[in-house]
Amino acid sequence: MATIAAVIASTHHPFYYRASTAPAPERPPFAQEWVGKVEAFRQTLTRARPDVLVLVGSDHFHQLWLDSMPQFLVGSAPFYDANWYNEEREFGLPRMLLTGHLGLSRHLLRGGLDAGFDLAFSNELRLDHSVTCPIITLRPQNDLPVVPVYTNIFAPPLPQPARFVELGRTLRRLVESWESDLRVAIIGTGHLSLELGGPRQFGPHGPDPEFDAKAVQWIATADVEGALAEVTLESLWAPGNATHGFMDFLLMMGVAGDGVKADYVDTLDLFHTMEAYFTWYPEAAR
Amino acid sequence: MSRYLVDKFLYTVDRDPELVERYRCDPVGTVEWWERNQANLLLRCHAGESSTWLSFEEEERAALRAHDYPKLYELGAHPFLTLTLFIAMFERDHPEPLGFQREYASRLSPWLGRPQPDITT
Repeated sequence: MATIAAVIASTHHPFYYRASTAPAPERPPFAQEWVGKVEAFRQTLTRARPDVLVLVGSDHFHQLWLDSMPQFLVGSAPFYDANWYNEEREFGLPRMLLTGHLGLSRHLLRGGLDAGFDLAFSNELRLDHSVTCPIITLRPQNDLPVVPVYTNIFAPPLPQPARFVELGRTLRRLVESWESDLRVAIIGTGHLSLELGGPRQFGPHGPDPEFDAKAVQWIATADVEGALAEVTLESLWAPGNATHGFMDFLLMMGVAGDGVKADYVDTLDLFHTMEAYFTWYPEAAR
Repeated sequence: MSRYLVDKFLYTVDRDPELVERYRCDPVGTVEWWERNQANLLLRCHAGESSTWLSFEEEERAALRAHDYPKLYELGAHPFLTLTLFIAMFERDHPEPLGFQREYASRLSPWLGRPQPDITT
């Protein structure tokens, strides 16, 4: 059976690429600290020696649109082109090409459907920064095959928070039951408190530092029960209008396992939003 | 209410570099052209299979014609779509980094402490 080499949950910040690659005089003052933290975080994936990556993210109205919006979708293609014109325009992100892993895609689809998740699929999926940011930060050589999993945290009506946790648990079981010798890292990106297109956007820090502190604690201890006791689809509007991205962290807490403490936790309080990085090593816990 | 159609306008303009410039320079003409020729196009289908029933409400049309993003927020246009497109059109007019984004927040400040308008489509 496959081995889960690492479980990684992270914020995704599309400004990181430009902040870390611009000529030194053009970099923002916080770039050096940010790069240092990301490079340390990257080591946590490198150490796990993964062969294949499952990448959980959320399309930001790029390929997925309101005329047929899936709630959960698994990419099932041999290749994935990535990043879009408006992401090049706004964030300076490069065009990328990721290699797929069809065998694992089909296993997750079949197993997910049989486990009660009516997953949508895509045989031609252009990925966006929710999936390419963790490649840029954690695996910039982009040398591993991937399976992208998209969730809808963006276009209401959304699935309930508990459903994200349950999908995470299911993904973990499915990867562990995959007949393969490969080492799989499951990586998901979301948000802490975040406001986009509203009155609290682009402030000196995230719109709700109190929520962020609580959320980091929930994630670091995979405190699913504590998080679900407070977080609802309705409550997530309060910390910031894009905070439903926290549900991708809930999904990753489901992958990590209820109550399992992260082996690596780091945060960085940036303008606009807080960055947060978490890694679990399920093998070591056995 | 045609919140979906407002979102469709923002979405289709934002992903097309030529339309971004056209909407920046000629909002009235672009909105009129788009509603007449594009609003009913079913994306990824040819024009012979267009929809037949989509049009803006007057206040939606007026908000789009006026580049009135606070009004679009009030009407429940998806804030991410509005923000992304308006950054593409107007960030260049603000010399300091994030100048437009902060002005945008400031113009929405009457909404501080109030729930965001419903964006469900």
